[in-house]
Amino acid sequence: MAQTNRSMDIGTGLFVLLGFAALGFLTTQLPGSGLQLSRSSQSYAVIAKFDDIGGLKVGAPVTMAGVRVGQVGAISYDISVYKAAVKLTIDRRYDHIPDDSDAAIQTSGLLGANYIALSPGGSDTFLHAGSELQFTQSAIVLESLINKLFASFAGNKDSSASKDSSANKEPGDDKKGSGKTSK
Amino acid sequence: MTDDDAVVDVREVHYAIGGHAVFTGLNVRMRRGAITAVMGPSGTGKTTLLRLIMGQSVAQSGQVSVFGQDVVHLKRRDLYRLRQRVGLLFQNGALLTDLSVFENVAFPVREHADLPEPVLRALVLMKLQAVGLRGAADLMPAELSGGMARRVALARAIVMDPEVLIYDEPFVGLDPISMGVIVRLIQSLNRLLGITSIVVSHDVREIGAIANYSYLLSEGKVVAEGSPAELNREQKDVVRQFMSGSPDGPVPFHYPAPDYFEQLLEHPRA
Amino acid sequence: MISLSHRRSLALNAIAKIGGVSLFLLRLLGQCVPALARPQLVIRQIYNAGARSLVIIMLCGLFVGMVLGLQGYQLLQRFGSESALGVAAALGLIKELGPVLTALLFAGRAGTSLCSEIGLMGATDQLAAMEMMAVDPVRHVVAPRFLGGFIAVPLLTAIFNCVGIYGAQLIGVTMMGIQPGTFWSQMQSAVGLSDVNEGIIKSVVFGATCSLLAVYEGYHAEPTAEGVGLATTRTVVTSAVLVLLFDYILTAAFL
Repeated sequence: MAQTNRSMDIGTGLFVLLGFAALGFLTTQLPGSGLQLSRSSQSYAVIAKFDDIGGLKVGAPVTMAGVRVGQVGAISYDISVYKAAVKLTIDRRYDHIPDDSDAAIQTSGLLGANYIALSPGGSDTFLHAGSELQFTQSAIVLESLINKLFASFAGNKDSSASKDSSANKEPGDDKKGSGKTSK
Repeated sequence: MTDDDAVVDVREVHYAIGGHAVFTGLNVRMRRGAITAVMGPSGTGKTTLLRLIMGQSVAQSGQVSVFGQDVVHLKRRDLYRLRQRVGLLFQNGALLTDLSVFENVAFPVREHADLPEPVLRALVLMKLQAVGLRGAADLMPAELSGGMARRVALARAIVMDPEVLIYDEPFVGLDPISMGVIVRLIQSLNRLLGITSIVVSHDVREIGAIANYSYLLSEGKVVAEGSPAELNREQKDVVRQFMSGSPDGPVPFHYPAPDYFEQLLEHPRA
Repeated sequence: MISLSHRRSLALNAIAKIGGVSLFLLRLLGQCVPALARPQLVIRQIYNAGARSLVIIMLCGLFVGMVLGLQGYQLLQRFGSESALGVAAALGLIKELGPVLTALLFAGRAGTSLCSEIGLMGATDQLAAMEMMAVDPVRHVVAPRFLGGFIAVPLLTAIFNCVGIYGAQLIGVTMMGIQPGTFWSQMQSAVGLSDVNEGIIKSVVFGATCSLLAVYEGYHAEPTAEGVGLATTRTVVTSAVLVLLFDYILTAAFL
């Protein structure tokens, strides 16, 4: 009986180890680098205000030249300037970002998720915790783009139509006038 | 017998299951240190009586006291404490199938007492010796015959040195030799250790040899009580039919049915 | 046609059952800590529920992963996004297929065995004998089995997921020719910790549900051969329905 207990203990131990190893793999290897940046001691926060953030979500990447340098930490609404205030959490390794850099909300692929791309400016002073990015570009909302496109088509149509009708009016008027006088 | 002598006292108990009345005014008293037999035809609720005594079932009215305590109103913890003083031998032994014979007997001790292993081992082996199965300590319940399983269950029932032992149909399905063994064990446990014994059985002859006092139950009441000799002299029809084992009498041979002739001649049921 | 009164009693039965199971869960939870005082019992049940289910879980995980690889590749090829196979397989497994399939397999293999074990102990008076020996059968028999299943299921799910992802990778990289680097890097950038957490929480909830149902049905089964058989069937059916119901609720909660 003691013998079976021992092999059962070993079997159970192996099973539990295997299970936890699998869990560990799933939680650390899979999400990639997302795990490291969430620690506040390794990052600093700056603010950027946008007219329209589109589909930007918390946790979306912040990139420079395509390389991920941080993520969106929090999104809120600033009522005093009627703009969205986005907190960017930037990795401490990247502490030489000029404070006149431009933050633009872009879309990855045609229908992908929104992320923030930073384009460096030329200033000698750099961003630090609490700085605000002055130059921002809001997200391009596809629907308003399409609306503008249709509006410009309709505008062209209207102007050409009014030209034609004014050309047609004069002969008609003359006819009327002459019709009256002949009686 | 005075009330002080009664280890188990059942008074005016009415008990019904699902609308069907099992007991209608039952009065039973078990004296300390005696072997009391509870007999009756099948289905009179002998096992139900045991459940009432052990607190597994609750009577609708009446009083059930064990060791002077009212079983009906006991809290679970007190009920458990009470049950540690009573040993119960089930009809089929009810050994735990995943434990060996030794572990089965050791089970109550491991749960309720904190004995060092060597002491526990000695205790278990002594109890197994008392029932004559010390050599079977390492067998599994599946490897035991019916009689042996029941003896192991008995060893388990006495391992905590209870004051009362209840035997639920201990003679059923045993060959004459095993039956003789069980009878002898019940007797010696009672005489040598002074354990109050309650035996539920319908084996008139075996019981008659060892009981001090017997109750005969029928139709939810006690119809006769007394020493085995007194019961043998009893003239009531019900008692006579049971004691002599006649197939027909107050307990009818035929289950209630419509007229025989009519049923044979009527059309077969659709 | 079910008559109105029949429908009413069906509804009442269902409500009574929910109440019964909840009360039993409370009693069970109260006995779980005392049950841990006998680690041997719990370890044995983790072995029964977990280690002995490993083979079926790993086999099924591998096959599911391979099917995901095949189907996913076929589907993504239509949109020119074959490189996203890793993402599709990983997310599909971690968030949905892993927890749900593991729970259903567990209910079928271990749930039925738990239920019939306890039911048989009831039918042979072993549970009653324990009660008479002043040992609470819930503490000694039921709680360790519940804990065994509860601990084993999340671990089994994690193993299922890993084996599944391996299976998908096997198909995608070895058979379909996707670059292994693309497979893994895409997966890593798209799978977030919240997805993994969602899967873990689901597996914990499903494990508790299946274990609870198995021990409840076993404990309350009719003490006959037929009764235990019916209880076993009920365990599997109810487990399946509840797992899928909770899956919907949890998925919606995580959106």
